[in-house]
Amino acid sequence: MTTTTTRAAKKAVPESRYVPEDGLLLDVEDLHVEFHTADGIAKAINGVSFQLRQGETLAILGESGSGKSVTAQAIMGILDMPPAVIPEGKIRYCGQDLLTMDPEVRRKTRGPEISMIFQDALSSLNPVFPVGWQIAEMFRQHRELNKSDAMNEAVRLMERVQIPAARERVKAYPHQFSGGMRQRIMIAMAIALDPAVLIADEPTTALDVTVQAQIMALLEELQEERKMGLILITHDLGVVADVADRIAVMYAGRLVETADILPLYASPAHPYTRGLLESIPRLDQKGQTLAAIGGLPPNLMRIPQGCAFNPRCRMAQDICRQDRPELREIVSGRFSACHFAEEVIDA
Amino acid sequence: MPEVILEAKDLVKHYPIKTGIMRRTTGHVKAVDGVSFELHKGETLGIVGESGCGKSTLGRLIMRLEEPTAGEVVFEGLEMQKASTGDMRKLRRDIQIVFQDPYTSLNPRMTVGDIIGEPFEIHSEVVPKGGRRQRVQELLDLVGLNPEHINRYPHQFSGGQRQRIGIARGIALNPKVLVCDEPVSALDVSVQAQVVNLMEKLQDELGLAYIFIAHDLSVVRHISDRVGVMYLGKMAELGTEDEVYEHPTHPYTQALLSAVPVPDPTLRGKREQIVLVGDVPSPANPPKGCRFHTRCWKAQEKCKVEEPQLIDRPDGQGAHRSACHFAELRTIVETVDVTQVEPDDRFAGTDVRDPSDAEAAADVPAPESVNEHVAQDRNLPGDATTMVQNDEGAPDRREI
Ligand SMILES: Nc1ncnc2c1ncn2[C@@H]1O[C@H](COP(=O)(O)OP(=O)(O)OP(=O)(O)O)[C@@H](O)[C@H]1O
Ligand SMILES: Nc1ncnc2c1ncn2[C@@H]1O[C@H](COP(=O)(O)OP(=O)(O)O)[C@@H](O)[C@H]1O
Ligand code: SF4
Ligand code: SF4
Ligand SMILES: [Mg+2]
Ligand SMILES: [Mg+2]
Repeated sequence: MTTTTTRAAKKAVPESRYVPEDGLLLDVEDLHVEFHTADGIAKAINGVSFQLRQGETLAILGESGSGKSVTAQAIMGILDMPPAVIPEGKIRYCGQDLLTMDPEVRRKTRGPEISMIFQDALSSLNPVFPVGWQIAEMFRQHRELNKSDAMNEAVRLMERVQIPAARERVKAYPHQFSGGMRQRIMIAMAIALDPAVLIADEPTTALDVTVQAQIMALLEELQEERKMGLILITHDLGVVADVADRIAVMYAGRLVETADILPLYASPAHPYTRGLLESIPRLDQKGQTLAAIGGLPPNLMRIPQGCAFNPRCRMAQDICRQDRPELREIVSGRFSACHFAEEVIDA
Repeated sequence: MPEVILEAKDLVKHYPIKTGIMRRTTGHVKAVDGVSFELHKGETLGIVGESGCGKSTLGRLIMRLEEPTAGEVVFEGLEMQKASTGDMRKLRRDIQIVFQDPYTSLNPRMTVGDIIGEPFEIHSEVVPKGGRRQRVQELLDLVGLNPEHINRYPHQFSGGQRQRIGIARGIALNPKVLVCDEPVSALDVSVQAQVVNLMEKLQDELGLAYIFIAHDLSVVRHISDRVGVMYLGKMAELGTEDEVYEHPTHPYTQALLSAVPVPDPTLRGKREQIVLVGDVPSPANPPKGCRFHTRCWKAQEKCKVEEPQLIDRPDGQGAHRSACHFAELRTIVETVDVTQVEPDDRFAGTDVRDPSDAEAAADVPAPESVNEHVAQDRNLPGDATTMVQNDEGAPDRREI
């Protein structure tokens, strides 16, 4: 469905967006984020690099505390600074570094260029304003639409994200919607200004599976229709398998493996990824023996020397306790941060 | 099949809805609305269903933490609702519970030894006073924790370790039935596998029967012998793991199974997807006839007026219980039998001991604020049970 038929909607398409020819929307390079707290410095992100192209879905996968949300917040520019500090790194959006950009200019990218969906829709929506009003307000502020045009756009958008009886419900408040409906409204707000990059941080983690399926289907459709670059943050290897083109596996604030989705599941190139795949029960298997990765992710104030995964790794050798493995290309398009990646990939 | 150890007969729990300043009862939330099943000795019965369908309420009814509005629970032939005080004492020993949230279900001011040993205060006959410390250490060892950590506090343990503590406490009185309400839902996958494996080992060694309540259909398939699927306070389908996962006949079960993502990108687009429309109706006002008819693609006139009974219905290979007038096999999950496949032990292991560097967790100071926060949430037990909040907070925080 396109919305370009009305006068109001014509304005809703950004006048000009410079997208480089190779479609490279986002280029994160050697990003570091620290939290300076009373207990010490937590090194949440320790040199993360990745790229996102137009129409691509990149999944960032990791267990809780691995740094997924902090990465997303750094890109969005919504980290609390302090306690957060970004000592190093670049986040280029269509070639321009967001981190060195004038804060006022950067603020204006939020919404029309890069936007985000959060896990907890209830606390991200404003409880005291009707949802329709909240959506319409974005059109009024960014697109200078008048009140009734903005409201019409809001209704159209609510219909687009499949809110039944949208016109009657524009005046309803967030708490009057179910969890799934609220997540749809969040999505409507996130795509309202037709962003080039959409970051979805655990968009379905709080939802039931049948609702999750609806929401993921909607996100896929919208991405297809608008050719957005989508960063899907999740801990769920099942959800990733269903939607992502590429995947980046995060551990203790670093990417330990990145690859296209098919080869990664077929032959992981990092012991952590491999262990994760061994440890999930599968709906379509019976008689499965589950194996677990021993131990816990490290405390980010004391990340082990060498490879951060070494205390839990069954393949660890002396070198792993001394030298930190860099993320390197193992075979074309496949990167792993393990000294023994070649052995793992063949295992 | 082994003998039946516990039976739920038409259990009902309605909560009054009070409105206005007069707090008049204006309706009822039909949290559990006529649920029957039997649990066999030493087996795992999984209970699945979406948020709010009544799983936790059912668990509390079985534990007798709440009185049913109607129906009864029969344990080893004894009707709980009619049990004498003496019988009730024994019943409370024989049925124990483990809760979901390892962060809030343990009293932060008690040592692990006191937490695990607390049930002995009430049931002092189980272990004489002098032997308690030793018994607690045995229990720690049994759940794969270091017995020397008996004097530590909950905050010195990780989430997975705390869940082990909860399990140790649950099995302290040698129960016959352990009700587990979302015991691994709050854990990361790599840790979840450790705890699931531990639970399976304990079951083998102690001959425990589990009622394993969870919303994750993959975990439930892995651990369960039999499975019940709940929808809006009722059981939609009940059968063996094979029957429910490979021969589902109820449209709701089929939709649920089709919505579960499988970690295999080669299946993308190849699996059947049944996308349900709309939301689950309110349990205060469930649809008449079949409760699923407002969302069911097979619904007929009959479904709106006549409630389908949970009875044996043909499933393509035999028959099992399904509450659908038009029950019929639809294969959703193409199952692969991997019984012979061993996990690659170069990357992960099946050892159930907690292999983590306990010191690493222990040296994390507990922020005082966290302690205070947890303490306020607590509702300390007079019995060998601890009430905790569910992840949504509200539904599970209420008086015992
Ligand atoms: N004490 C209570 N008073 C009023 N309503 C209640 C009470 N306890 C539960 N309910 C309601 O009963 C229904 C079933 O709740 P229950 O907690 O058993 O669901 P559940 O299946 O465990 O859900 P979840 O997966 O979210 O834990 C819900 O609608 C809930 O809000
Ligand atoms: N405001 C903050 N102050 C201190 N530490 C923080 C803050 N926000 C996040 N962290 C820490 O950064 C790490 C990564 O967090 P996060 O990105 O939220 O993980 P996840 O991968 O679960 O999304 C965690 O150890 C977290 O505790
Ligand atoms: S570098 Fe060493 S410790 Fe790290 S993942 Fe590879 S084998 Fe394991
Ligand atoms: S009884 Fe009717 S409405 Fe209910 S599940 Fe069966 S077909 Fe659907
Ligand atoms: Mg997060
Ligand atoms: Mg519950």
